[in-house]
Amino acid sequence: MRRSRTAALTALAAAVALTLTGCSSSKGSTDGATKGGSVAGADAATKNIVNASDAKGGTVVYEHSDVPDSFDPGNTYYAYMYNFSRLYGRPLTTFQPAAGEAGNKLVPDLAESLGQVSPDGLTWTYKLRAGIKYDDGTAVTSKDVKYAVERSNFAPDVLSNGPTYFHDLLKDNDTPYQGPYKDKTGDLKAIETPDDTTIVFHLKQPFADFDYLVSAPQTVPVPQAKDTGADYVKHIASTGSYKFQSYEDGKEVVLVPNTNWDPKTDPIRKQLADKIQVKLKIAQSTIDQDLLAGNAQVDLAGKGVDPQTQAKLLLDPKLKAQTDNTYGGRLVYTAINTKVAPFDNIDCRKAVQFAIDKVSVQTAIGGPIRGDIASTVLPPDIPGYQKSDPYATEGNKGDEAKAKDALKACGKPDGFKTSIMARQDRSTEVASATAIQAALKKVGIDVEIQQFPQGKYFSDFAGVPEYTDSHNTGLIMMQWGADWPTGYGFLQQVVDGRAIKKSGNTNLSQLNDPSINKLLDDAIANPDRAAREKIYGEIDKKTMDAAVIVPLTYYKVFLYRPAGATNVASTPAFSGQYDYLNIGVTK
Amino acid sequence: MTTSNETLGSAPQAKQETGPVKRIEGRSLSQIAWLRFKRDKAAVAGGVVVILLVLLAVLAKPIEAVFGLDPNAFHQDALDANLGGIPFGDWGGMSWEHPLGVDVQYGRDLLTRVIEGSWVSLLVAFGATILSNVIGTVLGITAGYYGGWVDTVISRLMDMFLAFPLLLFAIAISASLKDGAFGLHGTSLHITVLIFVIGFFNWPYMGRIVRGQTLSLREREFVDAARSLGARGPFILFKELLPNLVGPILVYSTLLIPTNILFEAGLSFLGVGIEPPQASWGGMLSNAIDYYQVDPQYLMVPGLAIFVTVLAFNLLGDGLRDALDPKNN
Repeated sequence: MRRSRTAALTALAAAVALTLTGCSSSKGSTDGATKGGSVAGADAATKNIVNASDAKGGTVVYEHSDVPDSFDPGNTYYAYMYNFSRLYGRPLTTFQPAAGEAGNKLVPDLAESLGQVSPDGLTWTYKLRAGIKYDDGTAVTSKDVKYAVERSNFAPDVLSNGPTYFHDLLKDNDTPYQGPYKDKTGDLKAIETPDDTTIVFHLKQPFADFDYLVSAPQTVPVPQAKDTGADYVKHIASTGSYKFQSYEDGKEVVLVPNTNWDPKTDPIRKQLADKIQVKLKIAQSTIDQDLLAGNAQVDLAGKGVDPQTQAKLLLDPKLKAQTDNTYGGRLVYTAINTKVAPFDNIDCRKAVQFAIDKVSVQTAIGGPIRGDIASTVLPPDIPGYQKSDPYATEGNKGDEAKAKDALKACGKPDGFKTSIMARQDRSTEVASATAIQAALKKVGIDVEIQQFPQGKYFSDFAGVPEYTDSHNTGLIMMQWGADWPTGYGFLQQVVDGRAIKKSGNTNLSQLNDPSINKLLDDAIANPDRAAREKIYGEIDKKTMDAAVIVPLTYYKVFLYRPAGATNVASTPAFSGQYDYLNIGVTK
Repeated sequence: MTTSNETLGSAPQAKQETGPVKRIEGRSLSQIAWLRFKRDKAAVAGGVVVILLVLLAVLAKPIEAVFGLDPNAFHQDALDANLGGIPFGDWGGMSWEHPLGVDVQYGRDLLTRVIEGSWVSLLVAFGATILSNVIGTVLGITAGYYGGWVDTVISRLMDMFLAFPLLLFAIAISASLKDGAFGLHGTSLHITVLIFVIGFFNWPYMGRIVRGQTLSLREREFVDAARSLGARGPFILFKELLPNLVGPILVYSTLLIPTNILFEAGLSFLGVGIEPPQASWGGMLSNAIDYYQVDPQYLMVPGLAIFVTVLAFNLLGDGLRDALDPKNN
């Protein structure tokens, strides 16, 4: 007994000493990092392109802890695949490879300039660049772009993963178009291709963000003759700087330089590496180790390192200097289901807003490094964000008294029972649910945690209103990133009442407020950017007033930047991931 | 022939000459067993630890109430948020306030959670053991005594259960009963499901042992005597045979409990056993595995709890077997 106590005391002393040295050395590194300029340091790639270089050669290795939904540009809804697919496919527009705010700049890619919009805002015209070829040498025509949009938006039974904005926005045929697989001879009349280099889109209603919409990989040209539906992923025709050498489903993908890609037609791509290797289904801890050892350059999913590696990186000033910590255009929040009693009563929703201790949630997620405490729906890196905090509590630690007052106002002074949904394979999400559970218990709200697999979260559980309403699911854990970096790209899918779907729903609160729906329509039809952003701020405020979303943290990525990687820049356009277009390797 | 007869005849005489043997003759079987057990230092140590653990498990809730410990209370002040919720200081934030430190992300007191986890682990382990013992003993004794087609049916049933992929089945059933069943919810449901799954699929091991023992016991004279006096099946099974089976059952139970503790911890580790925030040793291990490089203490605390418990039960079980069943030695 005595011996162990002495040991503990010695350990304590050692710990104090370690903490002290840790403090002083980390201070040193901050000083080093502030030298700025092109000198790499902590967060350098969020301000500048780090290791900018034109050196060719080497193999760039990407690793992923799981598999993406698909490598097919027309069948994916992951930001990292929007990012990565540009290596082998050129959408009409894309984001400029740059760090920080500059990364949000939209530039023409397959098109020679951004879209020409008609005065009524209903017609958008794009001209393709001359001389763009597929990797087999055949020329790309505007018909291939039209076909790509048709297959990705009008055939949800074959290619189900991507969003269907084009389907919702473009004028449909008189008899609804069934997509190229069911209707082999017909086509969508709303997309015209008057010649091989021109493509014209006809919209139902004005849509100011259309240039952003066509930056999705859904506009990457697909030759109809080569399309085999869901199997197209095995032999994708490349228009980018790289082409597929091999594709092993769920295992490995190898890209090699596309010899038919002409740098003269492409101001943004560089084609540096001799080979790009994507290794799939690698454990996150292994990925982190490979990044640290320089055996891999990029974690494809771009979420950031796992919690253990995070602590290790933060404790070592040298390693910390090679990290990038920035907003990912994402909000971590709890949606309150307005269709489940007693949350149909706004005061019960307010009780939850006041009761949650956001600091404990933030710590459970990984501390301030993984997200700042949030109080609005729009994250600060999305244009339209306006600072406000309608449910402020002291130190963001929750306010039992105010929560209990709200409970009284809602007629449930003794609290009630409900449950919260979280994705079981996202440990931080379960951890935040646990923190919320503990906070709500203090005011008498008993919460049961229900866990579901990530892959079926939206298709079968959280995204199925019928399921949540019948299972007393009052609270739903959620993380949401913009489809493109504007207020509309962020808000529409989560607050528009008309976006509620029977399955795959993301408006988890089932908020259907006509005034909010109308504001969204007004905003997107407004050609004036500043006016649009003002409306987004208004929608944000109205959503918060309805108390249907409890903002928890503005998600931040924490990425490790391997020393050997070149042209590394964290871009807000792709949730803070590194821009994958020009990453090379010095070896 | 003659030589062997001589040795047989002379052996008892030789024994009677030595002093202590006489005293042993005056003792009952249980006294002999107790004497043997007492000599086994490891078994006694195991037994003491087991008693302490059972006391801890039974008194877990009162202890928490008396000392005002809440296994789910967060202690944000003990965590370094800037490091991602790692406890301040080495050794996982060990201090007088938190003798075993706090857990990562939440700052919950580890000692309290280990105490809280003890009753869950032991309740599941004891419950499952009792369940498999009852089923195994009843079916085993029936199969062994009656023989014939009864034995055939029960033995094939045992084979079937033994061929079951228990782990997969346990995962499937625990996962599918998550939302509520039998009118139960939350931790009470998880504990019931675990007891059922672990207990129900482990009975054939006990069943085989009991059946084997019964096969030899039923040929013994006291059974014949009971039968000739007109005793019927159930009486012979439970009044004549069962008391003679207590030894092997007790020994096997003591060895089954640690296996069940490990199984429960394994299922909780895989996320299909006890669910958070209810503290369980397996669940704690599962959380701690993400942090073993930066906070090894977090992993060691539940790991040691499981290790000590399983070791204690195993030592006790081995000691009991040696004491009750010296033939096996």
